[in-house]
Amino acid sequence: MPVDSFKFLPRIIAAFYQMTDRQPELPIPWIRLPRPLAECKFGLVTSRGLYHQGVEPPFDLERERQEPTWGDPTYRTLPADIRQAEVGASHLHINTRDVLEDVDILLPIHRFQELAAGGRVGGLASRAYSFMGYQGYPADTSAWQEIYGPRVAAELAAEGVDCVLLTTA
Amino acid sequence: MPVLARTLEAAGLSTVLVTNMPFWAERVGVPRTLALEFPFGHLLGQPHDAVQQLRVIDQALEVLETAQAPGAIVHSPEIWPVPRKEAMEDWQPQEPSPVMEVLAPRVLEMMRQSRRRQKPGF
Repeated sequence: MPVDSFKFLPRIIAAFYQMTDRQPELPIPWIRLPRPLAECKFGLVTSRGLYHQGVEPPFDLERERQEPTWGDPTYRTLPADIRQAEVGASHLHINTRDVLEDVDILLPIHRFQELAAGGRVGGLASRAYSFMGYQGYPADTSAWQEIYGPRVAAELAAEGVDCVLLTTA
Repeated sequence: MPVLARTLEAAGLSTVLVTNMPFWAERVGVPRTLALEFPFGHLLGQPHDAVQQLRVIDQALEVLETAQAPGAIVHSPEIWPVPRKEAMEDWQPQEPSPVMEVLAPRVLEMMRQSRRRQKPGF
């Protein structure tokens, strides 16, 4: 059975998404897996508004409250040895309760440490990355594409990362 | 998020996106996607269910290993163990997001217009 993209969405949002115009098709980038997974170092990225409490500031929800058609385009980093109690979450569109209980439902730091220990993957980057998914209405992802995405890619590449697993919010 | 997958791949990394909305992955053109019928904010499973999380991650790794062409979307057979209505209430914020005040009237108007267009004889 194909996945129903709209199953868990309120009707009004589902209708809105389905009515948005199709963008012109762009070529899809493609980097062949450079080596077997057991030799690949992984980076983890989510768009769920997670941050390292007490070390980095939360995302700018205050501005979003004042200016509801704007979303914070910056990112935060979470060290691979972060404790659950140090994980913060800022997001006005999704309930934060469950991820504050278990970060692995979106940023599977601990699962990947287990996979690396078991030899399924080669390793895990020292830091995981989190964006805040809502990029305004109408969505403007240019800062992600031009500034923050390339910056994260460069930081990951500098650590020798080959592969990235991303989770949406 | 589909945009970030494209951006990281374009910068030289092999990526796999785990999402519950293959609709956007397909529209935006994501290199490799594992689609799951899981509620928002729970893409890899339920809190403290490491077995379920590992099963999903393993499926994502398999997509990374086996996808042959850009735009690959694999649909996971995983089933969310909580009934739909309850799951929908669970993931939503306690108060509507600020943009809903702007968005709701516009969407309702778009829905009215689209119904008008569909009416025969007009």
